Amino acid sequence: MTRRLLTGNGAAAWGARLADVDYVPAFPITPQTEIIEQLGAWIDAGELPARMVTLESEHSMLTAAGAAAATGVRVFTATSSQGLLYAMEMLYTVAGWRAPFVLVNVSRALAAPVTLETDHNDVLAARDTGFLQLHCATCQEVLDSVLLAYRLAEHPRVRLPAIVNLDGFTLSFTREPVEIPEPAVVRRFLPGFDPQSVRFRASEPVSQAVAVLGGTPYSYFRYEMHRATEQAIAAFEEVAADFERATGRRHAALETHRMNDAEIAFVMLGSFATKAVDAVDRLRESGVRAGLVRPRLVRPWPAAALRESLAGVRGVAVVDQNLSMGKGGILHAELASTLYGVPDAPVLTSFIGGLGGRNIAPEEFFQMASVTREAAQTGQAPEPRLLFTAQELREVRRLQGIALAERHETTHSGAERSAP
Amino acid sequence: MYRIRFHGRGGQGMKTASRILGSAFFAEGFEVQDAPSYGAERRGAPIFATVRAAHAPILERGPMPQPGLVIVADETLLPMAAGGGVLSGMGERAVLLLHSAVDANTWKQRLQLACRVLTLPLRLEETGGRGFVGALCAGAAARLVGIVSREALEGAIRQELAAMPAQVLAANLTQAGEAYDAMKKHAGCVCEAPEAPAPGAVDANWIDLPFEAAELSAPDIHGALTSIQVRTGLWRTLRPVIDPERCSRCHWLCGSLCPDAAISPEAEGLPVIDYEHCKGCLVCVAVCPRHAIESIPEAQAREQEASP
Repeated sequence: MTRRLLTGNGAAAWGARLADVDYVPAFPITPQTEIIEQLGAWIDAGELPARMVTLESEHSMLTAAGAAAATGVRVFTATSSQGLLYAMEMLYTVAGWRAPFVLVNVSRALAAPVTLETDHNDVLAARDTGFLQLHCATCQEVLDSVLLAYRLAEHPRVRLPAIVNLDGFTLSFTREPVEIPEPAVVRRFLPGFDPQSVRFRASEPVSQAVAVLGGTPYSYFRYEMHRATEQAIAAFEEVAADFERATGRRHAALETHRMNDAEIAFVMLGSFATKAVDAVDRLRESGVRAGLVRPRLVRPWPAAALRESLAGVRGVAVVDQNLSMGKGGILHAELASTLYGVPDAPVLTSFIGGLGGRNIAPEEFFQMASVTREAAQTGQAPEPRLLFTAQELREVRRLQGIALAERHETTHSGAERSAP
Repeated sequence: MYRIRFHGRGGQGMKTASRILGSAFFAEGFEVQDAPSYGAERRGAPIFATVRAAHAPILERGPMPQPGLVIVADETLLPMAAGGGVLSGMGERAVLLLHSAVDANTWKQRLQLACRVLTLPLRLEETGGRGFVGALCAGAAARLVGIVSREALEGAIRQELAAMPAQVLAANLTQAGEAYDAMKKHAGCVCEAPEAPAPGAVDANWIDLPFEAAELSAPDIHGALTSIQVRTGLWRTLRPVIDPERCSRCHWLCGSLCPDAAISPEAEGLPVIDYEHCKGCLVCVAVCPRHAIESIPEAQAREQEASP
C-alpha cells in the first residue's frame, strides 16, 4: 500500500488502472482531460493492457462505451459538464441496454455564461438516465468509488452503468494524500468481469435496442430498470462490506458525521461536504448539536437510510450546489419527498450555494445552522436562500459598469466610423 | 494549519511551485492539500495556487481567504483589478513575498500594508528570460515556513520535475537552493494561520438578490472579441515587436490571426500592435512570413521604454 499525493483526476485514473479496464473510449474536456491523458500514458508505456480510442464527440464516446460493454469487456470512460449533456441521449440509451461500465464525471457548471468551475447541475441532469450515481468528497474516495462502482454495476442483480462524480478543481486538480491499494488486494475485491449473459459477438447478432409499441413491453423494461436500481441499495451494502474487508476503508451509502444526538443537520453532496464537517466540529465546540449527512449513493436514492439518520433531528439545512430554475434546490426537493408524511419530520431549510465554484465560507455554514435552529423552533421554514453577499453584488455592479462603459464606447466609435 | 497562496501568470510555474511545496511538506510528515486555480487557461493569464499543510486531515477546500504567506511571482498583478485578489485576506500576521526588483520598504508604503513584506530580487538571467520561477518561489516559501528541510525541498523538486531534462532540473535545484538561502534570516517567520472566526462572530452578510430585467441581468458584453476596458496587456510575459524595416505590410495575416484583434494597420499598411490588449500569445511571431516580429521579455521592453 502506497500513500502519495494524487489529484482527483489522478485518483480516477488509478481506479481505472487497478480495475484492469479493457477499453477506454475518450474525448477531452476540462477539467476531466487529465484522466484520459494519464490512462493514455500508461497504455503507451505498456503499463495498462487496455485499448484507448478517441472519438469525435461525447455522444459517440458513450455509444462506443455501451457497445463495448455489451460485448462483456470492462469499459471505462470519463467526461464533464457540456460533454455529459452532449451525450445525454446515449446515457438513457446505453443504460437501457443493461450493459455495465463506469463513467467518471468531473462536475463543472453549465453554460451560459461559460465557466470551468464546479457545481452539480451537470451530473444531476443525468439523474433519471438509469445510471447509478456515486458522489465523492475526497480524492481517496474517487479511487475507491471507481472500484466500488464496477462491483456495483456488474452485480448480477443490478447490471447497469454507473457514474462516479467528482468536483472539478476542488477535487479534479487538487492533490491530497491517497492510499493506492495493492493490485492483488484489488483483484480479490474486484476480479475480472464475469459477463454471464452480456456477450454481444460478431456473427451472433443480438439487438440491444428493440422497438416496442403499445406501452406494455416498454413499461415492463423501464419498471425492471427501476427495480434493478433499487437492488443496488442492498448490493452496495454487500460491496462496501467486501471493500472494507479488503482495504480497511468503509464507504457507506450514506455518510454521516456526529449524527448520534444531532439537533440540526446539514445535508449536501460532494467535496464541499468536508467544509461542512469542519463547520459541524466548530458548532459542536460552541455547544450547538450539529451533524452532517452526505449521500454518497445518489442513484439509487438511500431513502430508508436518510429517514433513519434524520429521525429525531429537528431542523435540516439542505445545501444545494445546483439550481432548478423556477423550483429551487434539487437535493432539497428529493429530501422533502423522502421525509413527507414521516411523523415528527424535521423542518427543512433550503440554501443554494457553491454555483460555478463559488465558495461557501465558514460563517455561511454557521449562519445556515442558526437559520435552521430558528426554523426548527418556530416550525416555519424561511424562503430558500440564494447565497450571495453584499460584497458580491458590489463586484457584479463593477463588472456591469465595465459592460456599460463599453456599450457607450463601442456605440460612440461606431458613430464616428459611419460619420464621414 | 499552514496556508500559502502563490500568485503569478500562466507559464510562470505557480502550479509547479505549489506542488513542490506540497510534496516537501508531505515528505516532512504533514497532511497536505495543494491546488491550482486558473480560469483563462492561457499563458500570461492570472492564476493562483494554494498549499495547505497540517498535522490532521484537511477539511478546508477551495479559495484561501486567510493566507499566512502570499508569494507573488509577477508584480504587475498587484495593480490589476482582475488579478485574482492577490492581497485579499492578508492580516497583520501574514507575510507577503514579492518577486520584484523594487525593494520591500517601497512596496510596503505603496501597498499600505500592515503585514511583513519581503522581496526576492528579480533577475532576468536566472529565468532565461522565460519567466519560469516555480522552483525559485517554492524554495523561498520552504525556508519562510521554517519547518521544511533542504533535503525535503530538493527531493520534492526532483519528484515534481522528474520529466525535465537533467540540466533544467539542475538549474531549478540551484535557483531553489539560492532562494532557500536568501530567506535564511526570515526562516520560520510564517506562522500557522489562525482558524476562521467562531460561530456567530462574523455575519455572513447575505442579501436578498432582487429581480433585475434581462436588459441588465443577461451576461452580455459589448466589446469585439476581447473586452476593451479590461487591459489584458498586463498578461504579457513576452512582447511581440514588429520591425518596420522587414515588415512587408501584409497586415491581414498577423492582424486577422491575432486572437484578440489587437493588431490593426495604420494608413500605410504597417500593422500596429495594441499593447493595452495584446496578451503576448505570440501567434503573430509564428505566422509572420518575413520573420519581422520578434519577442522580447516584457520586463526588458518596459526598461527600454523607461530609458529612451
